[in-house]
Amino acid sequence: MAAVAAQPVEPGASPPAIEVHRLVKSFGHRTALRGVDLEVAEGEFLTLFGPNGAGKTTLIRCVSSLTRPSAGTVRLRGEDLSKAATSLRRHIGLISHNPLLYGDLTAEENLRFFARMYDLADAQARIDAALQQVGLFARRRDPVRDYSRGMVQRLAIARAILHDPSIMLLDEPYTGLDLQAADMLRSVLQDLAASNRTVILTTHNLEQGLEMCDRAAILHRGKIAWQGVRTGLDLAGMKQIYRDVTRLA
Amino acid sequence: MSYLNKILAIVWKDIVAELRTKEMFSAMFVFSVLVIVIFNFAFDLRVSGERVREVAPGALWVAFAFAGILGLNRAFVMEKDRGCLEGLLLAPVDHTAIYFGKMLSTVLFMLIVEAFMLPVFTAFFGVNLFDLRLVLIIVLGTVGFAGVGTVLSAMTAQTRAREVLLPILLLPVAAPVLIAAVKATSGILDGQAMAEIARWLQLLVAFAVIFPAAAFMTFDFVVKE
Amino acid sequence: MERTDRREPLLIALTALSGAMVLVALYLALLGAPDANLQSETGRYAQRIIYFHIATAWVGFLAFFVTFVSGIGFLRTQDRAWDVVALSSAEIGTVFMLGVLISGSIWARPAWGVWWVWDERLTISLIQFLIYVGYLMLRSSVEDPSRRARFAAVYGIVAFVSVPINFIAIRMWRTQHPLMFGTEEGGLGPNMMFAFFFSLITFTVWYVTLMWHRIRLERLRDDVEALKLELMG
Repeated sequence: MAAVAAQPVEPGASPPAIEVHRLVKSFGHRTALRGVDLEVAEGEFLTLFGPNGAGKTTLIRCVSSLTRPSAGTVRLRGEDLSKAATSLRRHIGLISHNPLLYGDLTAEENLRFFARMYDLADAQARIDAALQQVGLFARRRDPVRDYSRGMVQRLAIARAILHDPSIMLLDEPYTGLDLQAADMLRSVLQDLAASNRTVILTTHNLEQGLEMCDRAAILHRGKIAWQGVRTGLDLAGMKQIYRDVTRLA
Repeated sequence: MSYLNKILAIVWKDIVAELRTKEMFSAMFVFSVLVIVIFNFAFDLRVSGERVREVAPGALWVAFAFAGILGLNRAFVMEKDRGCLEGLLLAPVDHTAIYFGKMLSTVLFMLIVEAFMLPVFTAFFGVNLFDLRLVLIIVLGTVGFAGVGTVLSAMTAQTRAREVLLPILLLPVAAPVLIAAVKATSGILDGQAMAEIARWLQLLVAFAVIFPAAAFMTFDFVVKE
Repeated sequence: MERTDRREPLLIALTALSGAMVLVALYLALLGAPDANLQSETGRYAQRIIYFHIATAWVGFLAFFVTFVSGIGFLRTQDRAWDVVALSSAEIGTVFMLGVLISGSIWARPAWGVWWVWDERLTISLIQFLIYVGYLMLRSSVEDPSRRARFAAVYGIVAFVSVPINFIAIRMWRTQHPLMFGTEEGGLGPNMMFAFFFSLITFTVWYVTLMWHRIRLERLRDDVEALKLELMG
């Protein structure tokens, strides 16, 4: 079985986990990102706020290597994503609008498939652990198309953490979750925040987003309109900042 | 090798998914039987006896081509519908592995359907199709057809027109594969010498190599935004 | 964005030249060239279409080659300019290819009494025409412009790869049957050769002129789109 690729050795101080530099993305004549500069240090939890159409999903897609930027660079763990995408993806976990799961397969088969795609050793143990964590161990032999929406999202979370990625990207993960799934997501996020993983979370919901982050930023009309640390920032303060920033044309 | 392992993982996944629903299989099989029946009954009105053997190879490959198109459509529509393609794109493997995985599973499904069709065809058209050389032709033709069909299917699954567009794009491009396959099949049914059939076989081999090669080089542009 | 085309007078001159050349070619083909050495009178008249038929086919395939190369250019540079060339060439090629099919029919009917023959060249022209149609249909079913350009480029490349092989396959296929209709090359005298090559050059010039017009049109369209977006904020 192929071993996991060796990590690149970084001399001196460790570089930021995520570095986005002058990122531009256009779709035809419409420009979604107009020069985004962002840095997320290793182990940091960043929440990205922004209204609809601000470009949050596009930014997440660029950072996760799903979308190629029109201009600018994305560096993960010090390496250029456009050059080392194949190996860097090993360290990326994504939770987005799509669950990325196969309805005809059982939960276990889905995870087994992804375990193979990520070259995971001790796959069965990891699968069992992930299923336990999201509370789906009992239903692991059921096809995913029989799952409720909340269960699907929980399994999607299991899929995303299965390969233990050091970078987690969550694009509006609370969307459409029932109470049980939302609670479970919160506990997963708390684990992520406590761990040494680097996280970017995008959301509309100021309260949920502010809860666990180390830093917050606001994306507006394709640019980072504001960034700041969490300490000393409460919900009311954040709401005000948000209103001010997004009101400016 | 990790790359190969992932290709096989994709094939395995497609097989398991198909075994669960048997959706595509039954569609491909029933459809091809229908095509054979319709051809048979359409030709029977004007073509009879020995002359049926003349049209048999053409009918056979038309049936295979349509079955192939059904299979190809399903290959990527299944990935696109639930956003699963992105799951594959996020995996730490070159995207060409997705191409090969999908192509191999399509070839596999097509071969199984084709194997089932042969006895049906023999029954309706009264021609003896059980010849080992025919197996080679069918395999080569299927690989060439699916080789180019897979990349085109990856494209059309992402367009508005979806399933309708694939045959429009695929058939003109795959026409030479079909021509070569029909000629080679006729050659065998007519009992021609291997030397005669050989050049059609060479053409089929060329396609089985060139089309996957071209698809392999362009696949990334089709799936990556 | 201002687009003052300083080369406009050149385009007008080229258009005029094309027009003139086409008229001359028409004269040569219909009147100037000597009669072919054929039995029937209608056959002799019909044969004159060969001057246009082959020239049209040449442009039809040249245009696809241009689409193929532009497709590669686009994939490497992601520059819209390549896509404009690819699209323009495909559109023009489609029309010319249709011309091949129609002129082939016009020739076949009085010469041999049928509207269509599965002659190798006509067959490959038909397939090429269908590929063109597929190309244009593909473009119209993708909304996002950059994706449209990418997909069209890939199809252009994959389809082009099959063209030479198509040709070989069909050639092999047709040579198994006795060629019912004599080759066109048989017995082309020097005057006919002149008309023939003149047509070839004329149609190529015509193609270039049409390309220039079409590319210019597409660029203007792009400019309008950009302006619209600017105004809408």
